[in-house]
Amino acid sequence: MGNFKLPRLLIVAVIFFIVVTVLSLDQVYILNGYFMVIINRCMIFVILASSLNLINGITGQFSLGHMGFAAVGAYVSGTITTLLLKLPPPPPGFAISGSMFIFVVAILVGGISAAFVGFLIGFPSLRLKGDYLAIVTLGFGEIIRTILNNIDYVGGPRGLLGIPKFSNFTSIWAFTLLTIVLLRNLVQSSHGRAMLSIRENELASELCGIDTTRYKVMGFVVGAFFAGVAGGLLAHLLQIAHPTQYGFLPSCLVLIMVYAGGMGSMTGSILAAFCLTFLTEGLRVGIDALPVFTFGATTFRIGTEWVMVIYSVLLVLIMLFRTEGIMGMREAKLLIIEEKKK
Amino acid sequence: MGELFSLQQLVNGLQLGSIYALIALGYTMVYGIVRLINFAHGDFYMLGAYAAYAAFFLFNAYIMPGNVFVFIVLIVAMIGGAAVAMLANRFAYKPLRYKPKLSSLVTAIGVSMFLEYFCSALPVIGPSPRGFPEILPKVMWKIGSAQVSNYVVIDLVVAAALMAGLTLLVQKSPLGRAMRAVSEDKDAAKLMGINVEGIISFTFLVGGAFAGAAGLLAGLTYPRITPYMGILPGLKAFISAVLGGIGNIPGAMLGAYIMGIAETTANAYNSLLGEGIAFVILIIVLLVRPTGLLGEKTADKI
Repeated sequence: MGNFKLPRLLIVAVIFFIVVTVLSLDQVYILNGYFMVIINRCMIFVILASSLNLINGITGQFSLGHMGFAAVGAYVSGTITTLLLKLPPPPPGFAISGSMFIFVVAILVGGISAAFVGFLIGFPSLRLKGDYLAIVTLGFGEIIRTILNNIDYVGGPRGLLGIPKFSNFTSIWAFTLLTIVLLRNLVQSSHGRAMLSIRENELASELCGIDTTRYKVMGFVVGAFFAGVAGGLLAHLLQIAHPTQYGFLPSCLVLIMVYAGGMGSMTGSILAAFCLTFLTEGLRVGIDALPVFTFGATTFRIGTEWVMVIYSVLLVLIMLFRTEGIMGMREAKLLIIEEKKK
Repeated sequence: MGELFSLQQLVNGLQLGSIYALIALGYTMVYGIVRLINFAHGDFYMLGAYAAYAAFFLFNAYIMPGNVFVFIVLIVAMIGGAAVAMLANRFAYKPLRYKPKLSSLVTAIGVSMFLEYFCSALPVIGPSPRGFPEILPKVMWKIGSAQVSNYVVIDLVVAAALMAGLTLLVQKSPLGRAMRAVSEDKDAAKLMGINVEGIISFTFLVGGAFAGAAGLLAGLTYPRITPYMGILPGLKAFISAVLGGIGNIPGAMLGAYIMGIAETTANAYNSLLGEGIAFVILIIVLLVRPTGLLGEKTADKI
């Protein structure tokens, strides 16, 4: 074990963790609560984008309802923790570790439920060639929203309120790191190569003996699992799960991250998740600062609704002029597993 | 909760089915020719409704409300839908024609988002719903146990006339023959001297015009229009097209009417089921008969 090296990814992640923690200390207070919320959102979007990247980028399928799985995760884990909170409080000393344990279990159960739903809708549509997954997931995203709007037990259109605030920087960081490591290992394993071959040419990979349906479903279910985890984290961060948070258009935002970052590049997804989350906030602040135009009697104000107009144009322009996205297929070195020399 | 099976339900179902049919035809024609799910198609329908809305207020002062007026508004709605469809094809889909298919799909999503957000950001349209004006005075007749308004008649007649026209166009005219040739084999069609890009553009024109007409009919029937009104009907119309066999024109009409009747029936039973029935149908079709009711099985060429 003399030449044991810490993986570079872990070093970078720990440095990021220490820097942000120090900057957000009350004594330093460079990063205030507002920034911390944005950073936490960034990391949740990293999970969402890199898991969608597994489906859309690596396996070459086209899922449009990623936020639908996040909704499943959010509602399931949120219901579990709110229910357990109503139980009589545990004896003192047990409380902290107990609630942390419940949180992790709830998040994982949320992820597993999302994966199960992913299997249910992925299996019929992924057996077939073509774009059926796109339309099924688009439908699913809308259906899940309608269902949530109509179940009074989880709040209906009011949303699920009173979720305990279990997510914090540390837990989200840990889940994000875990997601990145697991997805990286999956993509660079033989399973991941099988998925890549489906993207490149489904027919050829089938002729090479790859069970394409199995791998497509596998990629989809794993992606749905992590989306569920991200949804759970988001619900425990914002302390509310609301049907409108998980509609078609938020799913499109994640989609833009994947394609802007580069189809199939995890580095790209991570970068794009960070950049676009910050850019959204920046644009919101910037647009609010714009003056009000006046034409005669009518005043015309550019509002924050233009942010999404800008993003949709951005998506079309990326597709037209740089189809492969910012990073293309390249990965940063720290996301590549070095092969052992024999 | 109304009666599950009654003449009234059938009438409502046919009315909804007519609207779905007009949208589904555009989906299926575009898919048949360029193998692209044009996600923005539901937004052409939305723009058609807004074009009709604008036309009503532009011409209201000059023309007496009546059937002629409806006809003029219909033409404007169709022109509106067709123009946007052709623009989207020219600027977003055409440059990507020979790139990987996934990029066209992403672009289609981008175009759809752009149209929705742009319309809701534009001050003249805005995000809040608008009430669609009553272009015609509503007249109710009683046929058997069902209440039938003149709007139902307009919906059914306009849809039937347009579909009959389309069938004639595709089956009998030289242009239709060219369309069928392009959908069969693009390269061979090009070698036969067919202007493939022109045909594709014409397909978008027809599809957009039909979606625009559907927008007017929807505005008349369910008088509330919003920039996001196209998402769900677009989805359901697409499912109708899959149900009938994607790429197949009579299939799209059949699927749309089945979908309309299924939805109104399910809605009478339970509104949640009414929202979800399209999705259930889609999953069943994909499991049981992925080629759709009238579709043919195609084999991959190696």
